[in-house]
Amino acid sequence: MPPNTSHDMSSTNAQTAQFRQRDPAAAPRLLLALTFLLLLWPGLHYSELDLSVLFDSDSSSAMGALLGNAWPPAHDQAFLELLWHSTLETLAIAIAGIALALPVALLAALLATRALSRAALHQNGSPALAGRLLRWPLRALLILLRSVPEIVWALLLVRAVGLGPSAGVLAIAISYSGMLGKVFMEIFESVDQRPARALVGAGAPRLMAFLYGILPNAAAEMLSYTVYRWECALRASVVMGFVGAGGLGQQLELSLRMFAGDEVLTILLVFLLLVLLADQLSRLLRKRLV
Amino acid sequence: MKRVPQTPRPPLRAAGILILLALMVAVVAAIRFLALDFSGVMEPVSLQQMREYFVQFLQPDLTASHLQAIGNAALETLGMSAIGTLLAAVFGVCLSLPAAGYFGRVAQHCARGLLNILRAIPELVWAALMVLAAGLGPNAGTLALALHTTGVLGRLFAETLENTPTGPADALRGSGGSRITAFCYGTLPTLWPQWLAYTLYRWENNIRMSSVLGFVGAGGLGQMLYIHLSLFQQAQAASVILTMLLLVFAVDSLSLWLRQRYLAR
Repeated sequence: MPPNTSHDMSSTNAQTAQFRQRDPAAAPRLLLALTFLLLLWPGLHYSELDLSVLFDSDSSSAMGALLGNAWPPAHDQAFLELLWHSTLETLAIAIAGIALALPVALLAALLATRALSRAALHQNGSPALAGRLLRWPLRALLILLRSVPEIVWALLLVRAVGLGPSAGVLAIAISYSGMLGKVFMEIFESVDQRPARALVGAGAPRLMAFLYGILPNAAAEMLSYTVYRWECALRASVVMGFVGAGGLGQQLELSLRMFAGDEVLTILLVFLLLVLLADQLSRLLRKRLV
Repeated sequence: MKRVPQTPRPPLRAAGILILLALMVAVVAAIRFLALDFSGVMEPVSLQQMREYFVQFLQPDLTASHLQAIGNAALETLGMSAIGTLLAAVFGVCLSLPAAGYFGRVAQHCARGLLNILRAIPELVWAALMVLAAGLGPNAGTLALALHTTGVLGRLFAETLENTPTGPADALRGSGGSRITAFCYGTLPTLWPQWLAYTLYRWENNIRMSSVLGFVGAGGLGQMLYIHLSLFQQAQAASVILTMLLLVFAVDSLSLWLRQRYLAR
């Protein structure tokens, strides 16, 4: 037996011994899993989970009544006319809401952005203290507007301006001006800053610096994001109807309350179709505009 | 004299201009259709009423008993979102295997159709349906979140399943491993981190969502807000809204911190 074989053997043994060492990630993983389980236990208590209700929906229960007359979907003339009107209303709420949000968002983004700061030219891109202090409350306002969910705005506004689509339009306008404003501001600050800086440095008014230095680079992204948000607003306006803000959602809520399963089914089908069409349209628009 | 190379003339974007015109027409038509008329709202009397209404929100009710009720509702909201997401992850895995084509084409189309339907119906509509099926309370909200999120996660899981490299699983099959072994040791390890990331991301979304599901009676902070607003108790409603905001900010900053700590490396 040559002497180097035993040497090889011992080194393989050392290697297997090394492999048998415990998994270094075992302790943190175990700890994480235990924390999860500990957190989930009260979650199970608070959520009062009971899956069995899904399966014992006999015909005496509300769900049974709803499912019982769900087929065929409602298709009488009067209901379809009503549905057509609600669908148009939903579409119009989304469009008008975004149209109201857009100018507010643009103005807020222009005021809050750092990209057009004169002082930033000489100070390595950081604006003057006064400018920062003035921009801060505006940024906070934008955060507040978009952090309250749109349906909460709708609920508040239904009580302020009354039931109907105007509450929905205002709710979308308020929360989406916050969202669009923040994103516009970020787009202004993320495009190439050199044209705008050159213009500001050469003494151009800041609105001109924006129009000629920033807007050409930012317009495509801004449009594409706005169209995407319109699609979101369409979905949101359907949901907002549930608190009385008009459109398909309000119709759906009424039909649900009357246990009219066939109407619920028709409305859901129309809603799915609407979302699908909006998705296609928004894809087409984004491709053409960008 | 050197000639400056001419830059090509930018194309006239007639289509773009037409689209913009169409958009403007759509906006005008929408405002006409809704007959939006804010002149009634802008009258001094109604402006005064509106100001009185919104000023009442500036004095949130911070008494101990109300805060305790809010804390309870917030825990309910968190519990609903956590259990709903967990259920959705389990069902999503179950549906993603057929949806990725593991059990033949027929099962694939059925599973995809089911996932599409689950995903297309918004959480709030599911919640309204579940309140009918399961009664008022957080159980309905949990089920609604689980149903919608199953659709979302199932599709995402199926996509990762389809895009994962088959090499390791093929090797295990080739060396005589069973299908289950090949899946567990060849496919699952590469998928696992991505599935976990998707699930956590949806949980974040669901926390936000579960705080408003209560508007249709599905428990949590939303139900509390709805009740207080219906009773015209603006001060109590204001503190519920503040709690919602705090919850959203806490979740946002926690997820940002986790992302920077664990994903930036």
